[in-house]
Amino acid sequence: MKKRNAVLLSTPYLIWMVLFTLIPLGVVVYYALTDPGTGEFSFINIRQMGMYLPVLWSSILYSLVSAVVCLVIGYPVAYYIAHCSQTAQKFLYMLVMLPMCMSFLLRTLAWVGLLNDQGIINNFLVAFFNWLRSLGGIFSRIPQDFGRLTLIRTPGAVVLGMVYNYLPYMILPLYSTIVKIDHRLIEAAEDLGCNGVQTFRRVILPLSVPGILSGMTMVFVPAVSTFYISQKMGSSSTVLIGDVIERQFKQGNNPNLGAALSIVLMLLVFVCTGIMNRFGGDDEGSVMV
Amino acid sequence: MSKELIRLRDLVMEFDGERILDGINLYINDHEFLTLLGPSGCGKTTTLRIIGGFLTPTSGTVTFDGATINDVPPYKRQINTVFQRYALFPHLDVYDNIAFGLRVAKVPKNEIDQRVREMLEIVSLKGYENRHIDSLSGGQQQRVAIARALVNRPKVLLLDEPLGALDLRLRKDMQNELKRIQQALGITFIYVTHDQEEALSMSDTIVVMDKGRIQQIGKPEDIYNEPKNAFVADFIGESNILDGVMLSDYRVRFFDRTFECVDKGFAENEPVDVVIRPEDVDVVPPKQGHLVGKVTAITFKGLNYDIIVEFKGFKWLIQSTDYQAVGSTIGIRLNPEDIHIMHKSEYSGMFGDYSSYSAEYDELTEDAEDEEA
Repeated sequence: MKKRNAVLLSTPYLIWMVLFTLIPLGVVVYYALTDPGTGEFSFINIRQMGMYLPVLWSSILYSLVSAVVCLVIGYPVAYYIAHCSQTAQKFLYMLVMLPMCMSFLLRTLAWVGLLNDQGIINNFLVAFFNWLRSLGGIFSRIPQDFGRLTLIRTPGAVVLGMVYNYLPYMILPLYSTIVKIDHRLIEAAEDLGCNGVQTFRRVILPLSVPGILSGMTMVFVPAVSTFYISQKMGSSSTVLIGDVIERQFKQGNNPNLGAALSIVLMLLVFVCTGIMNRFGGDDEGSVMV
Repeated sequence: MSKELIRLRDLVMEFDGERILDGINLYINDHEFLTLLGPSGCGKTTTLRIIGGFLTPTSGTVTFDGATINDVPPYKRQINTVFQRYALFPHLDVYDNIAFGLRVAKVPKNEIDQRVREMLEIVSLKGYENRHIDSLSGGQQQRVAIARALVNRPKVLLLDEPLGALDLRLRKDMQNELKRIQQALGITFIYVTHDQEEALSMSDTIVVMDKGRIQQIGKPEDIYNEPKNAFVADFIGESNILDGVMLSDYRVRFFDRTFECVDKGFAENEPVDVVIRPEDVDVVPPKQGHLVGKVTAITFKGLNYDIIVEFKGFKWLIQSTDYQAVGSTIGIRLNPEDIHIMHKSEYSGMFGDYSSYSAEYDELTEDAEDEEA
């Protein structure tokens, strides 16, 4: 295709991008740098942001923990899928994708239903222990209503929500990286004296790095800016930066501060993807970010 | 020759009920350069992979230095492999690729360094230590693959079509290089190829395979001069193969004419295959010829002309340095040592007829070989 044709065909999207990405970004920057009261240029929002640093920090922590948990869970799954027969691979790939076809809100609410104090898991546990007690004997010492756990509104619940929602984003890039590893390289490693563990450590793992970085980024980036999960599954002590930003806008407190915070968040995401891409080199797989 | 190192006994290999190897019996001596030669799908790569430990035979045994190693995994064998298309580690540079096996074996660091540098010198890649694998040419990658295997000082080096991806010129150079390295280091080489020239010029012993069976084992000269059956005669070089009858020792009859030959030990009046190499035929004026035929095609090949001559409906390939016009009548003479007699085999009648001759005939065996199991 000639260059001029390419420009012509991409014009609609370029216009779209200017209208709905670049101009709004400018508006956000403008709000971030203006005084909420007087509307004059001011750094007051930036200065006020200091009190939200702990929230920002815990958001990063939650997202990193979730990304690592996703990696630990996702890697064996991706590895397993990559070594299945062609038909099994297609089927399992679809299974991994399946939750993504459902509404994000619905998935999170479903977890709330499961983890609630009166939720499915707790009701099951209580019913189970009540049944045990009804058997009599030493079981009769089980106190009334035993087995109820505090599942919801805990940091663990927030991580669980993130892991559940973003796990496919870890598995898919890992799978596509692992499946491309040339089988002869594994044979070559065995030939050169590697047992199974050594082959994994010296060949398979290093060659999976692009997929690992890509997966980490794809889990971290949406997790760090999420707000719904922490609102529904967390408590006041697990407020994330996304929630703070939402509150600044929705409850009408201070859109200017919200704008400043979202710029910081955006820069943070840029830095993180930059770092990860730097480590991954220019290998394929990181392209997916 | 030195002592026996590897022996394959009654090897059978089946994939999904299909028999890939059908009773391979073979021994390989220490320090030998042995080549498994055959067309695509003949089982040569499968045999190599069994020796390397990447496949376990359905039945039969592999012994190494007297011990059965059927179930010994590859990483415990004193054997290294140069893989088809190299299989170099893309995440490591040249130095780290070569040092890979030594690091796994936990060789001391200074010894690794010394051995890797020594190897780089042997394969003429000094100064390429920190080059990325992707930045190397095919020939250079090939040499890294050889160095990566040899640095471990294996007893046996397996080479699976190592030169298949190189162009002709480079292939010739690498053939000499490999032979030199093999002789300098005194390591047993087991070499898989479908290229008969490569096999003839490098090997101490050639094993010709087809359909999962060994057709002939021998020195290059013996395989070429005394092929055992029509398949070997056709696969190694060019051959005209005719039906004949062995009248008695040293006397064979074909084309209604009795010829003297140097073979004996056949039954009286046994039907045989007669092999005549194209370069052994002497072209003479028609009156002096044993046989008289008509030239139907001629192709210039550089060193010689390939001439197709028709004798009584049967077309022969003759190689000669003299030009013969198409349509002209020529005579040929056959000396007793030019006539090779073989017992009839399952391959009789399948090869050695140039009726469907085309100028590309000698490339037919060279294409699309790689994707062998």
